[in-house]
Amino acid sequence: MNTLNTTVTGEVQMPEENAVPVQEGRPAETVIEEGKTVGRPFADDAKFKLRNVEVFYGQERAIKNISLDVARNEVIAFIGPSGCGKSTFLRCLNRMNDSIDICRVKGSLRLDDQDIYDPKRDVVELRARVGMVFQKPNPFPKSIYDNVAYGPRIHGLANRKADLDEIVENSLRKAGLWNEAKDRLDATATGMSGGQQQRLCIARAIAVSPEVVLMDEPCSALDPIATAKVEELIAELSESYTIVIVTHSMQQAARVSHRTAYFHLGHLVEVNETNKVFTSPEHELTESYITGRFG
Amino acid sequence: MPNQKDDVYGDHISHKFNDELMALKTQFLKMGGMVESQVGQAIEALIDGDTHMADEIRANDKKVDKMEMDIDEEATLILARRQPTARDLRLVVSVIKMVADLERVGDEAKKIAKLAIKLSEEGQAPRGYIEVRHIGNHVQNMLRDALDAFARLDSEQALRTKKEDRRVDEEYQAAARTLLTFMMEDTRNISRCMSVMWVLRALERVGDHACNIAENVIFMVEGEDVRHTPVEEAEKVVGR
Repeated sequence: MNTLNTTVTGEVQMPEENAVPVQEGRPAETVIEEGKTVGRPFADDAKFKLRNVEVFYGQERAIKNISLDVARNEVIAFIGPSGCGKSTFLRCLNRMNDSIDICRVKGSLRLDDQDIYDPKRDVVELRARVGMVFQKPNPFPKSIYDNVAYGPRIHGLANRKADLDEIVENSLRKAGLWNEAKDRLDATATGMSGGQQQRLCIARAIAVSPEVVLMDEPCSALDPIATAKVEELIAELSESYTIVIVTHSMQQAARVSHRTAYFHLGHLVEVNETNKVFTSPEHELTESYITGRFG
Repeated sequence: MPNQKDDVYGDHISHKFNDELMALKTQFLKMGGMVESQVGQAIEALIDGDTHMADEIRANDKKVDKMEMDIDEEATLILARRQPTARDLRLVVSVIKMVADLERVGDEAKKIAKLAIKLSEEGQAPRGYIEVRHIGNHVQNMLRDALDAFARLDSEQALRTKKEDRRVDEEYQAAARTLLTFMMEDTRNISRCMSVMWVLRALERVGDHACNIAENVIFMVEGEDVRHTPVEEAEKVVGR
């Protein structure tokens, strides 16, 4: 590993599509080869099997030939500089990109060995299985109770009021919000603090018993205490859910995830055990990013 | 100490972070240089019977201890402020560990200085000083090489230093046997020979600490922990 005497600074130029030299005279380990990811991108017990995924916004290729497995009950963190494609890639996993007209997704994306992009696929059912939490808390302008009960109602998960009550309570408990919310279930959700709103959104996402929770920078608008609570929650949820989290906080990725995936300009550069990524990453670009040498 | 590889820690977006890591590295090398000269002087003081120099060494050890504390504080602050990762993290963690080794080397030098005073006061014909000089030179070279490997981030140099440790151990065993012969020849030699034995023991420990530093340098550069592993394993890590 004789790459330590080199540096990476500034924007990476991309003269051609395939081999991307990062800087002149740099050793081979620093070159991104399209479709090649160093480390351990594949898993034995795959929840998601993603192969040769490409995403286009009009003519522009935002995701370049990425193959990755997400293991069952794994927490995997996507990191990388802004515009590297990590959120775009995340949104492919429950077809959130469908709402963008110019967006096209190519390649094979399978959830439990079923094609996610099968035209006959019921997207509503897919999103019930693959829930999502966004960067900004986005509670409905309804009561706390109705926010959590919304999903179970439309999916017909509860026949009786008592069942619904139970789902709401369990979801709020799992999200660590029950003690704060139990006495004000009828209060409007928008009156809660940012951290509470975000945990409410998590409660809403897990109320429909999803198998996977996608999180797109769930803590970037939260204070350290609310962040710690959400992270605590992620650790608990990982016992029964698969979690994919996009984060700009390297320390957060290091704390909560089992594996970390580093994205760079639409490429998936490295996927490895989180412990390895943050102590001795294999790829020079990963190292440069996590040590704050460019971004 | 400018060198070509300093840019490894000097190319962060935050210039302040660069400065902090550089300062840590420089301080460590300064302490290394000081400890190195303490060992050299302790051997001279012993062989020349120079009690004045020996007193100076004992006084200087306080400065070494102070440097250890300063470097530890600096490293702790970097951890708190920057949450370093990858090679930066390995640098900070290694420095924290290596600084303890340097401090122990300083203690060994102090021990030798004390024995130098004791031996000089007894004032008999020297026994085992050839061995002291020989092993002394050897471990001083190891220490210098280990610090050099740190300064240049040279894992191959560090590996060579790690390999030397075995030879120092052998030399120590041989010297101990020689001293044992002196003691058996004439029981009046025992007290004196035991003192020299302690000096040799201290020098052998210096070699061990130099070896620890070398192993930490390999970890810093290669990202693999080669402590408590055979030299052959370390060779594979460095040779990758």
